[in-house]
Amino acid sequence: MNKTVNQKAWFLILPVLVLVAFSAVIPLMTVVNYSVQDTFGNNQFFWAGLEWFEEMLASERMWDALGRQIVFSLIILAIEIPLGIFVALNMPKKGFWASLCLVLMSLPLLIPWNVVGTIWQIFGRVDIGLLGHTLAALGIDYNYTQDSTAAWITVIVMDVWHWTSLVALLAYAGLQSIPDAYYQAAKIDQASRWKVFRFIELPKIMGVLMIAILLRFMDSFMIYTEPFVVTGGGPGNATTFLSIDLVKMALGQFDLGPAAAFSIMYYLVILLVSYVFYTVMTNLDKRDGH
Amino acid sequence: MSDLTQSPPKRGFGLPSVNGSAIVMGLYLLFLLLPIYWLVMMSLKTNTEILNSFTLWPQNLTFDNYLTILTDASWYTGYLNSMAYVVMNMVISLAVALPAAYAFSRYSFMGDKHLFFWLLTNRMAPPAVFALPFFQLYSSVGLFDTHIAVALAHCLFNVPLAVWILEGFMRGVPKEIDETAYIDGYSFPRFFIKIFTPLVASGIGVTAFFLFMFSWVELLLSRTLTSVDAKPIAATMTRTVGASGIDWGVLAAAGVLTIVPGALVIYFVRNYIAKGFALGRV
Repeated sequence: MNKTVNQKAWFLILPVLVLVAFSAVIPLMTVVNYSVQDTFGNNQFFWAGLEWFEEMLASERMWDALGRQIVFSLIILAIEIPLGIFVALNMPKKGFWASLCLVLMSLPLLIPWNVVGTIWQIFGRVDIGLLGHTLAALGIDYNYTQDSTAAWITVIVMDVWHWTSLVALLAYAGLQSIPDAYYQAAKIDQASRWKVFRFIELPKIMGVLMIAILLRFMDSFMIYTEPFVVTGGGPGNATTFLSIDLVKMALGQFDLGPAAAFSIMYYLVILLVSYVFYTVMTNLDKRDGH
Repeated sequence: MSDLTQSPPKRGFGLPSVNGSAIVMGLYLLFLLLPIYWLVMMSLKTNTEILNSFTLWPQNLTFDNYLTILTDASWYTGYLNSMAYVVMNMVISLAVALPAAYAFSRYSFMGDKHLFFWLLTNRMAPPAVFALPFFQLYSSVGLFDTHIAVALAHCLFNVPLAVWILEGFMRGVPKEIDETAYIDGYSFPRFFIKIFTPLVASGIGVTAFFLFMFSWVELLLSRTLTSVDAKPIAATMTRTVGASGIDWGVLAAAGVLTIVPGALVIYFVRNYIAKGFALGRV
């Protein structure tokens, strides 16, 4: 659609700008402020330059948390995206069953995040949980509060449980928009199931899929509440992801300088990756002729 | 075709034809529902039963856990607090996002693309980064521990989201409608409220659903910004850790009750969910 040039449109955006400035820009400036200053308490601050950034870049703690975070996000994407597409391909197309699937699948998405943690805590515990108890009865050694591998598996399975439906629903919406004619053409050409997926379905859902990947990357990169409730970042530091570490530093120990420097770098990493995704997405959009 | 000749009698039972897809979906839904089933069962058991015997369903069915929550003010105010800031957030976000989304969908102006991406970056901001500055900001203006503070804080990610979703819906409304209305002598505010808003009603519904969803599930910011008067239910749940250990039954019951509002909302918008997702803007 051709848009008219109208500079007065700025006035319509003004409320959003004011609100977001209040809720994003001012707090962010506070963070920037802290990141370049040091304090002896009593609200006396003095200029520290880039000291905190240097300290954080040299700190093993941050690199470890970042490493865990990247591994976690990659595992999450590697499981949830294919699984989500697979589920979407198997969903009923219409009618009662389709509605039922939609409703049931949306359910985990609307559970408060700490309750998601609580659900898995209750589900996984060896003494009272169905999962933990069953695994113990089968003779599998599973205790997510002590064994870091078990903790990782629990956190990952929990995230798959929580968010695969989002990927599936997005992919499903994409699949719904493919006209029947495409499938009929494929049938005439006697294309195999795999070829139908590879050359018809996949290209058509690529746009939605990029959004799914972007959302899952962003949200898994910021994950805090669920692992915090289930494992508390432990055992040891095994499941201490970036946000957990940051909150520990900022609100637990009140190390404002390092925490602020940490925040800014954290934000920049997310921004950078998101920008790449966003550019790819808008280019895909253009190619599809919007 | 071949099974028609081989086994015709089997068809008489009226069994639904079981195929691969049904099995896949069955397994997936089982995986989704099993933990929730366990939570519900726990909420209907007594603590003695939870801790001392392992049972797949309650042997002595009890509703005491729910009674505890529904009769204790410190519990149920948690729900009211959560509801209060979620609704406030929905109203504020929609009120500011509607005109902005209209501007983005209809006009091009200086810096529009950069502005749009900048708005989106706020959806990408980790709440953990904002927890401390929010705490200080809202404390300094005397808004700490109020519903409006949480509602405003959630605007951080909900306003960009609302603009994003609404812009997609508004782009689908033909521009000719605007032009006709102006020729007919409608002023902009009158046109916007009387004609345009009803046209994007389903979009507003979908947007409200996602605003509800993200405000309802968020805990880090709402917990940081409240202590007593506006404490959300999700934060109240940490209370169950008492001197005698965790009160699992009450914890489970509280969890079940936090799922109910979400389930209700899903039920009401079930026919629009697919469309909302179809725009691919969550």
